Amino acid sequence: MLGLMWRGLLVGSLAVAASAAVRADDVVKIGSIYPLTGVAASAGNYAKQAIEIGEDIVNSPHPGLEKLLLGEGKGLPNLKGAKIQVDFADHQGNPSVGQSQTLRLITEDKVVAMLGAYQSSVSFSATAVAERYGIPFLVADSSAPNITGRGFKWTFRPTPIGTDFAKIYSKFLTELKAQGTKVDNVAFVFENTDYGTSVSSVVSDAIKAAGLNVVAMISYSANSTDVSPQVLQLRDKKPDVVIFISYTADAILYMKSMKTLDYKPPIEIADDSGFSDPAFVTSVGNLAQGVVNRSAWSMGPPGSPTAIINELYKAKSGQNLDDTSGRIMQGFFVLADAINRAGSTDPAAIQKALIATDIKPDQLMMGYNGVKFDETGQNILASSYLIQLQGKEYVSVWPAANATAKLVLPYKGWE
Amino acid sequence: MTLTLIQVIVSGLLVGAVYALFSSGLTLIWGMMNVINFGHGDFVMVGMYTAFVVMMWLHGGAGWIGPAAGLLLFALGVAVYYGLIRPVMRGPMLAQILSTFGLALFIRYTAFWIFSANFVTLPEGALGGTINLGGIYLGMPQLIAGIVAIALTIGMYLLLTHTRVGSQLLAVSEDRNAAMLMGIRPDRMQALAWGLASAAAGIAGALMAAIYPISPTIGETLALTAFVVVTFGGFGSVPGALLAGLMIGVVQALSAYWFGPIYRDVAVYAIFVLMLWVRPQGLLGTA
Repeated sequence: MLGLMWRGLLVGSLAVAASAAVRADDVVKIGSIYPLTGVAASAGNYAKQAIEIGEDIVNSPHPGLEKLLLGEGKGLPNLKGAKIQVDFADHQGNPSVGQSQTLRLITEDKVVAMLGAYQSSVSFSATAVAERYGIPFLVADSSAPNITGRGFKWTFRPTPIGTDFAKIYSKFLTELKAQGTKVDNVAFVFENTDYGTSVSSVVSDAIKAAGLNVVAMISYSANSTDVSPQVLQLRDKKPDVVIFISYTADAILYMKSMKTLDYKPPIEIADDSGFSDPAFVTSVGNLAQGVVNRSAWSMGPPGSPTAIINELYKAKSGQNLDDTSGRIMQGFFVLADAINRAGSTDPAAIQKALIATDIKPDQLMMGYNGVKFDETGQNILASSYLIQLQGKEYVSVWPAANATAKLVLPYKGWE
Repeated sequence: MTLTLIQVIVSGLLVGAVYALFSSGLTLIWGMMNVINFGHGDFVMVGMYTAFVVMMWLHGGAGWIGPAAGLLLFALGVAVYYGLIRPVMRGPMLAQILSTFGLALFIRYTAFWIFSANFVTLPEGALGGTINLGGIYLGMPQLIAGIVAIALTIGMYLLLTHTRVGSQLLAVSEDRNAAMLMGIRPDRMQALAWGLASAAAGIAGALMAAIYPISPTIGETLALTAFVVVTFGGFGSVPGALLAGLMIGVVQALSAYWFGPIYRDVAVYAIFVLMLWVRPQGLLGTA
């Protein structure tokens, strides 16, 4: 009872402190935790740069971005043009550090909302702290299904998750089937830890529900020294479609072994990860021509808002914006928009605004069908594009409305 | 026997030859000095990065990668012997084990520092493409690795049995003090053994760089396989390692093809345990 009172008091006092009058030159602070050191440091630092670009877009005008959320560059109009400021903290990829940094940002920096956290394990634990303190936590990029659905009222997630990918692949294949392409027999090749087994299971269920046959489920260890027996198994079963769920080293080994054994499926789909690693494209991109991959990010034609964002990001980081950093930047915009609509820095008002979120696709930089949260906080309009490796780059090929290039089938591999 | 089954066995044999190739150095050091080199997998990794540096940074031809890696690793092996192994040989057994383990970590994290954790590869077709023998496909890099493994095995055998240096090497491994009394300098011979074994690891690495993506942690994966191959073949026996490598390659390929890839290691280790039970000294090892 005492604990409850104390918690109520704390939330109340935070709200009072935060909702004090906002002036034009005021800043609204949000906290952000990413792995800035440790094994995922490179991803964490790209995330930080993406958020900083987002901050800049909200706070100062950038011609051509006006259509996007807060793209006018006038700060937060409903808060008298207050600037938004992100306080970054490093969680080192460690869930308990993620919790303590979230606690510090909330209690000492007095942030009004949180953004994070790359690793699903960290998002899982840090959202619990925000829940306890009644501060909205926007999970921009972590895709483990169990982050939402724990009854949390303060966790919101715009990014697509495994079940969304399943919908996308089955829709893509049924569309191909309707056009007369043979896609009846589908084989899965997946690495045998949590990622591969969970994604292959939801995707294969969706494929079966769509009336297609799953002819092989080949699970393997990602640090295998030899994958030729698996390739020969595929060659025996002759599937119309092969779906790979792999990390980087094994993805490279598969492409090399398929070349050596002269095997190509008519359609090859890869689920992000290893196939999206820049090292994959540079080392075996010339053996994997025509592989279909997923990404919610598409650079778009020159002069389009997405192309302008990519230019800004490239000038800062030296790299083209990738799917993960893009989803993180999008998450930042969704959160900033909610704070603006709340017209207040009271966390409860921001939570209310997040629940009422209904963003249309043309306001987004990523290829979601919009942003609208269900009662668990998961975006029900999350989606992804399909991209295809053509030459040295992935280009957007599906759905047709967002395509920048034509889908080329069958899979070419090498030539 | 179907064509596919023949292909599975052929692929298994080729992979097995690669296993044999990178395991030979490990068994040689054991045979000569009764020291287990836990850094062996990382020596192979250094050989792989040497090939990468020669081809991608120095723009050298593929013909240089083997000799460059062999020479560099020979020097590294000799340096490791004088700098690390000779002093710790005087210490307890545990110090010997931990010192090569420390060496492995040192090499691995130096590679992280220089090359970062990202995967790199040699350009596709660096060692040639694929040969098609009536529907059976042979990867050129694997084929070269297999030929080199066999050549290395025969070369080692001839060196040890038909040359003066070979007799001296064997004499030192048999009885260090007696060899010293015969006028052989054991230090030189043991340094030579380390140099040769490391050079073999380096050449293996250079050839494997055309097959596997290179990263600083690949040594870990390879070392485990090498220990199994060496134990299976008999510690100290280079021909044993060749035989064991080929057998393991075929067993893995067949079990992966018939039962699925997650069962291939179950099959290999089951045979491994059975074999140790029946013949603990390994296939060609001496008790």
